[in-house]
Amino acid sequence: MTASPLAAQDATIGYGRVAISEGLNVDIPEGEFTVILGPNACGKSTLLKALARMLKPSAGRVLLDGKDIHSQPTRAVARRLGLLPQSPIAPDGITVADLVARGRYPHQGILRQWSPEDERVVAEVMAATDITELAARGVDELSGGQRQRVWIAMVLAQQTPLLLLDEPTTYLDITHQIEVLDLCAKLHREGRTLVAVLHDLNQAARYATHLIAMRDGAVVAEGAPADIVTAETVREVFDLPCRIIADPESGTPLVIPSARARDLV
Amino acid sequence: MSTAQRTRDQARPTPAGLDPARGPSEPAPRSRTARRVSGLLVLTGALCALAVLSVAVGSRAMGLGEVWDGLADPASDAYPVVTELRLPRTVLGLAAGAALGLAGALMQAMTRNPLADPGLLGVNTGAAVAVVTASYFIGSFGFLGTISFAFVGAAVAAVACYLIAGAASATPARLALAGAAVTAAGYAYVSAIQLMDAATLDQMRFWSVGSLVNAHVAPMLPVVLLIAVASAAGVLLARPLNALALGDATATGLGVDPRVLRVAGIAVITILAGTATAVCGPIVFVGLVVPHVVRSFTGPDQHWVLPYSALAGAAFLVAADVLGRVIARPGEVQVGIVCAVFGGPFFLYLVSRRKVARL
Repeated sequence: MTASPLAAQDATIGYGRVAISEGLNVDIPEGEFTVILGPNACGKSTLLKALARMLKPSAGRVLLDGKDIHSQPTRAVARRLGLLPQSPIAPDGITVADLVARGRYPHQGILRQWSPEDERVVAEVMAATDITELAARGVDELSGGQRQRVWIAMVLAQQTPLLLLDEPTTYLDITHQIEVLDLCAKLHREGRTLVAVLHDLNQAARYATHLIAMRDGAVVAEGAPADIVTAETVREVFDLPCRIIADPESGTPLVIPSARARDLV
Repeated sequence: MSTAQRTRDQARPTPAGLDPARGPSEPAPRSRTARRVSGLLVLTGALCALAVLSVAVGSRAMGLGEVWDGLADPASDAYPVVTELRLPRTVLGLAAGAALGLAGALMQAMTRNPLADPGLLGVNTGAAVAVVTASYFIGSFGFLGTISFAFVGAAVAAVACYLIAGAASATPARLALAGAAVTAAGYAYVSAIQLMDAATLDQMRFWSVGSLVNAHVAPMLPVVLLIAVASAAGVLLARPLNALALGDATATGLGVDPRVLRVAGIAVITILAGTATAVCGPIVFVGLVVPHVVRSFTGPDQHWVLPYSALAGAAFLVAADVLGRVIARPGEVQVGIVCAVFGGPFFLYLVSRRKVARL
């Protein structure tokens, strides 16, 4: 088992007095592409928010590099851990390059304003996400897929070894979903630790190297997709009878929902 | 192109002008920065011209030469008028206008609400409640007393709004609701007292429309100093406010604590708007309209929006004050009324042209 740069320890997390998860223990393995999945309202986004210090556990802790994340200065955390939330807001009239440049925030200060290093990083992440030619365009005139690449570039400009992505493929059509996931896979191959919440089981099985399956606020199964995507786990997590075959493209598990009797009539 | 020479706004990997993807309406980055800088110069020039005009225009009009004598020559006829009346009035107009413009821009950035203005924090109502209460129970007190009561009232109202909105868990929407509630309750109270007591109504009448005529008895140094310090602090919030513009979640990810930023913002806005309101009475529309006009010119970067809003607010208020002195000669129209008369329709025009940017 590799060291865990980010972990929840006996964490009780929720909103106000409503606890979504109690006594949750999760280790995010270093260097892996972890996908958290589960049915709606299973607590997967809540877990991601707690890992990103957006929610403070009412009991237990979230540890970043072994230390309580809430005891560390938030700007120092922002140099270790980047976050793409579910619905970030682009101010009217902002250009792509300006939006990406805002990702440099944790590296700047009152005395250390915009630097050549900032500029180099912004150019680099725009090239990596293939948005260089969109630099001067307004973010509001882009397609959904382009916009998501711009947001990922913004988070990459933070230059963090850890990336958390909350449903990065929601609202995108299938082509752009794959595009974003391919980009995530590339970022993972380059050595980053990724954690994403995804809805699509088959995409999760194809792209993730580590899966965390949740239900009712608890972790039901975790491990490599090949080990845990079984008909039994899928039924346990989603209440979905299914068969598992090998994805003819990637060899990863492919979930085929069972035909129900009434559908066959 | 040397990397080190380029500024933040020119950080474009593609050379300007050669980019086929750039829309026709999008100016080249270099020219956009040039536009913002030259706009700043034009604005500063206009501000100086307006300041001179504000000293020259009045019941006794002066030529430029006379204005200069009035400033520099204690023996001249113009000297007492200029130094004791018009100069304080101009300085106060500049300070209050800058404070209101900047407070409006900060308020809109902090709440991500394009319709927010400092009044939404209950600043105006709080000041009015304090002045009304004091004049009802204490009776007559000097201008200095009015200012002190008004400032304390403004600060108390802002803190009350923040606490009602849930303190650390205050969201932009809850702040807006709390502000509306405090404002409604405050105005009900103010109206009730004024209806019950004619003397209070009389004393309030002048203060409550917003005016610069009492400038010569205002404690100029503390007012200017408070506004200057708070303005400097406000402009320093530009970077975290740029992060907050991307949403609370994104800002958190970037290392900004939205709760801490809101406390800092509310403190700065309270000092700016509270001071201006205390001295001049409630002046509406400066804080609401000025940041909109500014944003349509500068774009959404707070590094530009905030200083521009301060300068444009100062120019707007002084221009409105000069206009108020000219249009009803030999009498004058209070600056608060001029601002509302011009600000209101102009705001409607902006809304109908859909120039109001989403935040």
